[in-house]
Amino acid sequence: MYQYDEFDSRLVKERAEQFRRQVQRRLNGELTEDQFKPLRLMNGLYLQLHAYMLRVNVPYGVLSSRQMRKLADIARRYDRGYGHFTTRQNIQYNWIQLEQVPDLLNELADVEMHAIQSSGNCIRNVTSDQYAGVAADEIEDPRIWCEIIRQWSTLHPEFSYLPRKFKIAVTGSPNDRAAVQVHDIGLRMHRNAAGEPGFEVIVGGGQGRTPHIGKTIREWLEPEHLLSYLEAILRVYNLDGRRDNMFKARIKILVHQIGTDKFRQLVEAEWAAIRDSELQLPQAEIDRIAAHFAPRDYPQRNDAGDLLAEQASQNAAFGAWLKANVAEHKTPGYAIANISLKSLTAPPGDITAEQMDVAADLADEYSYGEIRVNHRQNLVLPDVAQEQLFELWEKLAANGLGTANIGHVSDIIACPGLDYCSLANARSIPIAQEINARFQEMDRVHEIGKVSINVSGCMNACGHHHVGNIGILGVDKKGKEFYQFTLGGSSGRDAALGERTGRGFPAAEAVDAVENILNTYVELRAADEDFLETYRRVGMQPFQEALYGTA
Amino acid sequence: MGLLKNGQAVADSYTDVSEHEVIGDTVAGAIIVSLQQWQEHRDALLERSAPLGIVLRSNEKPELIRSDLSHFAVIALDFPTFRDGRAYSHARMLRERFGYQGELRAVGEVLLEQLHYMQRVGFNSFAIASDAALRDWETAAADMSVWYQPGADERATAVELRHKVG
Repeated sequence: MYQYDEFDSRLVKERAEQFRRQVQRRLNGELTEDQFKPLRLMNGLYLQLHAYMLRVNVPYGVLSSRQMRKLADIARRYDRGYGHFTTRQNIQYNWIQLEQVPDLLNELADVEMHAIQSSGNCIRNVTSDQYAGVAADEIEDPRIWCEIIRQWSTLHPEFSYLPRKFKIAVTGSPNDRAAVQVHDIGLRMHRNAAGEPGFEVIVGGGQGRTPHIGKTIREWLEPEHLLSYLEAILRVYNLDGRRDNMFKARIKILVHQIGTDKFRQLVEAEWAAIRDSELQLPQAEIDRIAAHFAPRDYPQRNDAGDLLAEQASQNAAFGAWLKANVAEHKTPGYAIANISLKSLTAPPGDITAEQMDVAADLADEYSYGEIRVNHRQNLVLPDVAQEQLFELWEKLAANGLGTANIGHVSDIIACPGLDYCSLANARSIPIAQEINARFQEMDRVHEIGKVSINVSGCMNACGHHHVGNIGILGVDKKGKEFYQFTLGGSSGRDAALGERTGRGFPAAEAVDAVENILNTYVELRAADEDFLETYRRVGMQPFQEALYGTA
Repeated sequence: MGLLKNGQAVADSYTDVSEHEVIGDTVAGAIIVSLQQWQEHRDALLERSAPLGIVLRSNEKPELIRSDLSHFAVIALDFPTFRDGRAYSHARMLRERFGYQGELRAVGEVLLEQLHYMQRVGFNSFAIASDAALRDWETAAADMSVWYQPGADERATAVELRHKVG
């Protein structure tokens, strides 16, 4: 993974000290809360219902074991002993004291981490494929380009006061695991007719109040021109994006209002003026960054499929975990192991300091000291020898980290909801936990198969309900929590926004509705069809009949 | 109001008449006019012998004065609120694309915390509301010493420093 050099280190140290002075100015009364707000936001600090919340960037979801131990240490000393991984591969602490934040940021800087631009109307942490560098279907490791984007976007002098927040996602594989079509900019690597790798540039996707699937404005971009092309898009947006209404200020609204063709013309015209500028990275710099992501020199191992099959037949719980949580690695004899943070006992994405330490120890022991965070709020150990999977699983299970539900009904994305968030209209976490409790019988979970359930506590859609196969949106109806359902959403290669089923359900009936939807699917599915495939074949009507009757 | 120019606190020698209904001859010396005043009274303004400046609001793109740049000793770009970041792009256009070499002044809600970014996009003078900001200038100017992006100023980027020959 990337290691800071003297310049990267100095920047995060200086930034922490700068924020120390800003906090001092706020505490002295030299800055009003209104003036301080954008400063704290651009250092990741929100004021929530009960306390300050600090969001720490995990750049493109990659963590070393050393960094994970520091996150655990921070959870213990500055928070209440736990943290919360988010849908943008970051970690949030919900109980932070303002006075302590400069020290906290300084400690993060010691392990090459920061909270710069994790909120505010600026370019946010770039996200990527959690299987980057180890996926069998990958063209090129997207982390190289993510790190280049991370540096370019950090303290960008021109683009730190944008109309609204700005999110970029990169996938190095034609199979999208980074939800690139629902980002302000999505970059999808593929090969052109000559076989050269480049990026499809997708703009204007997003969720929130007005969800949009992104539009492709360039089919193929040479990677060396990536930064000038991004700068052209950002400049058009900075100048022409709406600033009169914060609900219409995202780039998706600009693209939608002026049209994809017009937007493309503006970007291409701007790009023509800057494409051969200093933004074109010298090959030496690309090589320097790429060297940090050079493929590992894996000791040669044989495929251990027979051993795993035997272990699975002797231990059904391991078999279930192997089936749900382990993914194919590009190197024979190795595997990618997912760690579910969706147990019955904690909100989705929550992890205790002790579990963080366990994950760090297991990463050191089994996965070259590296951990990933995925956008469904789980962790990944990317480089595990197949023959060590069983002992890894035993240790995970002993620490409450062995839940075998990745991609299944109880692997739910949920926003913090009304329990923490000042914007929410309804609770999200209790709904997720009730669904999880209803589907504890693992045979049934695996019988239902692959399905994504996403829960948002308000129309801002932080729980990604628009792109859940089953989306659940909490709304406030005359002081009572109601839950509306959408079906057929997807954030993958075949990205789609879900379709509303009809009227919402009160909180007490929401989980019954989920079960009803899933039972309907199981009755209707053809062999091997997953939920999305069945829904696309049969459409909304049978589900509406199941939910509301035929009348 | 204080003016910070090239790192020094200086008196502002310009009178801002951009809100005046009539410019007339009532104001002697250097003045700053609005885009509309410039467009309507161009000839009269060019006959004056004193230095001329113009202020552009954040929704007025500098393309509108691209062919007139040689007439302006000062171009002031307005930040109606510190949240409105359009002038950052306008400043880079003026410096990097249109080659404007005169004084580029940030006016409106200009906060100490933004001076860095403003310098990097090409501003070299700042109308700052508080004396505290002037006092804190030197600290603020030294806050950050590493920049990843090329800008309109002379600072070397981290990429350049990393690959400097020799």
